[in-house]
This record gives sequence, structure tokens and C-alpha cells, in this order.
Amino acid sequence: MLRFLSRRVLIALPTIVLISIFVFALQKLLPGDPLLVMAGEERDPAVLEALREKYRLNDPIPVQYFAWIGNALQGDLGVSLRTGQPVTELMAEKLPVTIQLAVMSMIFALVIGIPAGILSAYKKGTVTDYVANVIALSGLSIPNFWLGIMLILLVSVKWQLLPASGYVPLSEDFWQSIRTMLMPSFVLGTALAATLMRHTRSSMLGVLSADYVRTARAKGLSERVVVLKHGLRNALTPIVTLTALLFGELVAGAVLTEQIFTIPGFGKLVVDAVFNRDYAVVQGIVLVTAVGFIFMNLVADALYFVLNPRLREQ
Amino acid sequence: MTDAATPSTITAATDPVLAAKPENRVWKKFRSHKSALFGGILVTFFVAIAVLAPILPIADPAATDWGAVRKAPSWDHWMGTDEIGRDVMARMIWGAQASLLAGVVSVGIALMLGVPLGIMAGYFGGWTDAVISRCTEALLAAPFLILAIALAAFLGPSLTNAMIAIGISATPIFIRLTRGQVINIKSEDYVESAHAIGLPTPRILTRYILPNVLPPILVQATLTIATAIIAEASLSFLGLGQQPPEPSWGSMLNTAKNFLNQAPWMAMWPGISIFLVVLGFNLLGDGLRDALDPREH
Repeated sequence: MLRFLSRRVLIALPTIVLISIFVFALQKLLPGDPLLVMAGEERDPAVLEALREKYRLNDPIPVQYFAWIGNALQGDLGVSLRTGQPVTELMAEKLPVTIQLAVMSMIFALVIGIPAGILSAYKKGTVTDYVANVIALSGLSIPNFWLGIMLILLVSVKWQLLPASGYVPLSEDFWQSIRTMLMPSFVLGTALAATLMRHTRSSMLGVLSADYVRTARAKGLSERVVVLKHGLRNALTPIVTLTALLFGELVAGAVLTEQIFTIPGFGKLVVDAVFNRDYAVVQGIVLVTAVGFIFMNLVADALYFVLNPRLREQ
Repeated sequence: MTDAATPSTITAATDPVLAAKPENRVWKKFRSHKSALFGGILVTFFVAIAVLAPILPIADPAATDWGAVRKAPSWDHWMGTDEIGRDVMARMIWGAQASLLAGVVSVGIALMLGVPLGIMAGYFGGWTDAVISRCTEALLAAPFLILAIALAAFLGPSLTNAMIAIGISATPIFIRLTRGQVINIKSEDYVESAHAIGLPTPRILTRYILPNVLPPILVQATLTIATAIIAEASLSFLGLGQQPPEPSWGSMLNTAKNFLNQAPWMAMWPGISIFLVVLGFNLLGDGLRDALDPREH
């Protein structure tokens, strides 16, 4: 297991280095000079020069890259041009909000997607299967920001059941926090549920036609035991790894969902940073999400290893 | 056993499936796929209104009417009017142009960059493959929309830049797919023979490799158009795509969210249109995949 994982980490390292080069290059390629914003309206050449020295912008590009990556490795991703706050601190503030949204969305996705996939595979070719497939494809085709707007219109404006926007931290008021996050996580969760449903269905279809399932039926086991114990347990392996890989979609989806429901999370931070031309924040977020995605890939690999006995024996 | 058709007894003369040309077989299979046909009809409809927008008898999408601000759907304005009295239907039809153009152009960019790089990585292997593959993995690690937002932010907000950003973000998918296909194909007999008779590499790549890797790329391209249309709508919704007053479904939704209580129709139509056109491309892609899959014949 350790050897398997260390090999995966070694493969991931060059990818992380390349991502850092891309992210660094993004800043270098951008039109305009970010220092002009910092220097204020007067743009005094002496101030500009001092800032250039301070941020080592007079150094050759490779030296600048190594200085930047060296700082990043120590948790220093620079400061926000707008607020003057360190980027890492800003991200640490917003991250718990997005994690809560991501966890609640994933619960929705799993609770809807997996049972729907099992049912659809078990009832293959029937009306249930057809309806489940149509709903899943619709889930993939509906832009989630529109679904969010429509839900606000119905649930908040017309029926006044749930708040349309805002965020209450879990530590402040647990139930109110869950209530505010219910609609955004449903919106984000349904898109993932559609993906999970399609994969669960195809994985279950493969498993349900396997010899050991036929043997289980021949032994006279109940359908419940055959499908849930013998079928689902084997079909779940690829689904567990897929769930870890859906992290990227969750973060991307959070950008729009947080924007619609005015949730002060990671996604809203990136959009605000883009509009304020706060490139250090944009860079930091791209770098952290990409590294996070690679980490989730490693988690997926480890889970696959743990869940698949044949791989363990090798 | 006498009735069983052994492989040697099945010939083009006896088997109508084998006798049919591959293109006919694919078309026949595609035609029998009802949901794919429905997808095709949806896509054709939206392409038609986008292309015919300049000659359709509709209002000027930019013309404001302060006497008809946020009017509900009526005979004069079938889909109602927006916050400055513009006809929503006219803006929807012109918005279709922006959405479809964004879908097709960005996928075109991804194909132009991704397919040659994928072919090079798969065919030459070694260092070329290692460098291209590592760069692809690095790009794939950044979530699609985050990458598109970052690129659009650095390039500046406009429909053209949004298309470039989406195209670059979608490129790794095509590099990876093409590379995998080329690795499978390059050891086929006909490629080896082309080598043996001394054909130059560019000719082998364009004459023997490219045509054979195209079917799965075509399927992926259709499905990616759907993703690209949603991505363009998302970028325009965030204010990073089509800029006002030019119409786009995403930017219409962005404005509409401020008038949900007073004018819900402003949000309804663009959303339904994005849903239908994306559904159309998804159904079409699924149908093409089934029709082009040799295991399905």
C-alpha cells in the first residue's frame, strides 16, 4: 500500500510543479502592471521603483518564480491587492463555508444518485429505468445557476419557506445554518447526482450480470440480499473513487452557486477577485484548487486500493 | 452445429450488416435511436433560429421602450419585455447566436489544439509524450470552470475571450482522448504496412491515423459543445462573457435575477433555452456514441 501510494505521489509531483509554472505564467502574461494599482493615482516613479524592489520584480523571471514558489511552499501566497490581507488568510476564512456547502451537496448527490442508479439498473428497460435516465440527463443539461434562480423564485419568493440568500456559520446557529444552506446544496447536489446515477447504473448493470450474482440467486438468496450485498458492494468500488474525483466539479459549481445565493465562500472570493483584478487571490485559488484536486486523485487511488482486494494482493 | 455460422461462412454477400457501407450502418443505427433524433431536432431548431435571426420578423433586440418596461408576455411581446423595455423574444433569438457560436468556436479551438498534440503524443511516444501528457495532467487538475474564469479574467471580459478561455480549458480532454486512440491504432497492420512501404510520417498521420481516430473525437466534440454552451452562459452570467447591450442567455439571466419578483419571465426563457439546447447536444452525443460503437452492431 505504502509503495503504491508513494509511486502515485512521485507521479503527482511533476504535475504540481507544472501547475505552479502555469499559475505563475498567468500573472506574467497579463496585460497591465498590477503595481500601478498599488502605487495609487499619483503613480510616483520612486514609489513604483520601491514596490518593484519590494516584490523583486526587477529580478530575472526564473528567480522570481523560485522566490514565489518558495514563499508558496511556506504558506505565503502573497497579499490581496484590494484588502492588503494575506491570500492564505483570506482563503482560510472562506474555506469552511465552501466545505459546508460541498459536504451538504455531496450528501444530496449520494442520497439521490446512488439509489436512483441501483433502481434504474435493476429495472433495466422498464418505464422506471427510462424515467430515471431522462431525469439524469435533464440534471446534466440544466444550468445549475438557473435552477438556483428558479428555486429562489418558488421556495423563497412565492412560498417563503427558506431564505433566498446569506450565510449563518454553523457555530453561531446550527439549524439556521443548515436551513440557509439547504437550497444551495440541493442545487449543487442535483448536478452531481445525475453523474453519480449514470455511473452507478452502468456499474450495477455490469455486476448484476456477473456469475457470482447468478450463483447468489441460485442459492435462493432474497433479491434484497443479492442486489444490496452481492451487487452493490462490488459495484460501489468505482463509485467511491468517482465521488472523490467529483471534487473539481464541486468547487467549480460552488463558484456559481455561491454567487446566486450570496454565500461568502471560496467561489464568491474568486469572482470578486476577478472583478477587482486581484490577481494574487485568483492565482492562489487556482493553485490551491488544483493541488486539492491532485490530492483528491490520490485519495481516490488509495480508496480504490483499499476497496479492491485483487489490487491489494499484488 | 451445421446451422451455426462459423466466422469463415459469414461474408459480405451473406450478411446484410457487413454488406452495408460503414457510413450507412452508422446512419441506420443513428436513425433508430429516437432520443438522438429528438436531440438532432432540438439542435437543428436552435441553429436555424440563430442563423435566420437577421431575417426573422422580430423586434430590434437593442431597441428600448420605456412605455413597456417589464411587461408580461402578450400578443405584442410573446415572451414579455425586460427591465428597459426590450423585447425578450428578439433577445432570446439573437442570444442563441452567441451561445451556439461560443459552443462551436470554443470546441473548434480545443480540437485544433488538442487533436494535433494528442496525435504527436500518441504517435511519437517517449519525451514528446511525457512532456505533452504532464502538461495535460496539470491543466486537467484545475477544474474546468475555474480555469476558464481565471483565463477569461486575465484576457479581459468579452465573448471572444470567453470562447478562447473555454477552448483552452477543454483542450486537455481532446489531447488525452486522441492520444489514447492513436496508441491503439498505431500498432494496427495497415499503419505498420504504411511504414514498411516508406510513406512519410506526415502522410501516415493524415491519411491513416487521423481518419481512424475521428469517430470518438466527434462524439466527444458534440458532448463538449454542450459543456461549452453552459460554460459560456456561466461566464456571461458572471459578467465575463458577452458584454451588454449585446444579448446572450447568460447575461440575460444575470440581469433577470434582480427582477425575480416583478418579472419572472425574464429568467424563465433563457434558462429553458440553455436547458433545451444543451439537452439536444447531450442526446445527439449519446446517440452518436451508440451508433459509432462497433460493439453495438
